Amino acid sequence: MMDRRSFLRNLLSTLALSGGILGSFLKAFPAWGQEKEEHAGTLWGFGVSVDKCIGCARCVVACKAENNVPKEPFFYRTWVERYMIPKTGEAVVANIHTGLSPEEEVPSKPIFRSFFVPKLCNQCAHPPCVQVCPVGATFSTEDGVVLVNDKTCIGCRYCIQACPYGARYLHPAKHTADKCTFCYHRLSQDLLPACVEVCPTQARIIGDLNSVASPMTRFKRMNKIFVLKANLNTEPKVLYANIDGEVR
Amino acid sequence: MKNPVPKMPEAMSRLLLAFAVVIGLTVIVVKFVIPPRLKDTSIQWAETVKAENAKPVRYAGAVACADCHEEIVAEKKKGYHRDLSCETCHGPAKAHTDDPDHVKPPAPRDRKFCPVCHTFNPSRPRGFPMINPVAHNPMKPCFTCHNPHDPKPPTVPRECSACHGEIARTLSVSHHVQLTCTTCHTVPKQHRVSPRVIKPTKPANRNFCGKCHAKDATHKGAPRVDLATHGEKYVCWQCHYPHLPEAE
Repeated sequence: MMDRRSFLRNLLSTLALSGGILGSFLKAFPAWGQEKEEHAGTLWGFGVSVDKCIGCARCVVACKAENNVPKEPFFYRTWVERYMIPKTGEAVVANIHTGLSPEEEVPSKPIFRSFFVPKLCNQCAHPPCVQVCPVGATFSTEDGVVLVNDKTCIGCRYCIQACPYGARYLHPAKHTADKCTFCYHRLSQDLLPACVEVCPTQARIIGDLNSVASPMTRFKRMNKIFVLKANLNTEPKVLYANIDGEVR
Repeated sequence: MKNPVPKMPEAMSRLLLAFAVVIGLTVIVVKFVIPPRLKDTSIQWAETVKAENAKPVRYAGAVACADCHEEIVAEKKKGYHRDLSCETCHGPAKAHTDDPDHVKPPAPRDRKFCPVCHTFNPSRPRGFPMINPVAHNPMKPCFTCHNPHDPKPPTVPRECSACHGEIARTLSVSHHVQLTCTTCHTVPKQHRVSPRVIKPTKPANRNFCGKCHAKDATHKGAPRVDLATHGEKYVCWQCHYPHLPEAE
């Protein structure tokens, strides 16, 4: 006959042992038990309201100043395109000037509608540039930004060819591929990217896509969202609002 | 008893030994001699992220400006330029925030800068304030009439423009835009009741315009004429239209 004291001691030790075994099993195989509560880190996203862009190119100027992008008008980390859609025929797309002189070109055909579209690296979730890099010099960070390692980049230009958005260029001094980083060095200091900082009409915003309350979350909730070349399944993290169907 | 495994020829065993040495050396070199940061992309990527974060910041951000320039920030908050970042016009100012006494950010004071955003451009969104910089009060820098920290369209007295809208619009693009109607016209109260019977005055003599345009006038910036020889018997407005005086 077991007395009460030894019964309780046996019961408690058995429970503790089995609980420990089960607990360690669950810890080793979290998917078997409860879903592991993992804190989703920052995932940077970028929002562009096309209807707000006034084509002043302050973003381009600021980007070149902040990131040491060569001043020549064919090296851009971000650029602004002017779409002019005639009544009949193809849309005319031109890169706008960054200087202080106003636009000079006068369209020859009657224009049906016209607008500006800011462009930058789309920081794709499935980046073609990362796939083609033969030396693993370009990669996606954990917070969703595609960076270029200019120590190992051999300047083969495969990524420049592969990017469907034309967002990369070969830096003429470093001879490595260069592209928009969402101003990664500024984000880490809680600063806005230079282009977002200077945009006079708030056509550009940045925020955490995983956050419950961030400018990007609000942007996604309040606007119809489009991405460029969605059919390529690159899953861009630059989201466009109020964009015209003609934009490519 | 015969050995089931036939004896290896001696040449074969030497060859195998040579292979083993080469393979072994390769493994040793790859495993131990080559430093891990040359072969492991994850180390290279971590270094890239570190290098990217270490890049210098040029734009300090509008929050930094508010620390010292409280008055201007408070003034700007009320106006149409409230969402405009300081560095959009004043340029990258991190150097200024680091050393406020010696590095001063520039302020655009000519007519070239404001039209970057405010020149008429059909691609700009509707409702954005735009002007024709050739016709809009030429030769005066923008800040003569508009405070860039709290810009407002200068208005003519509503009492006059309600009926004389065409004159008001003409005047608004002329050199005389800063003059109010009552500078030159004395308007009797009865003019509003019976506008065609009781009329406002017009300058009756040449000395009135001479207050600004005579050789000995104190007003700055107005073109000068010698009243004694210029125009003889005529009153100025018989030849010059005061609401849109011709540029010289």
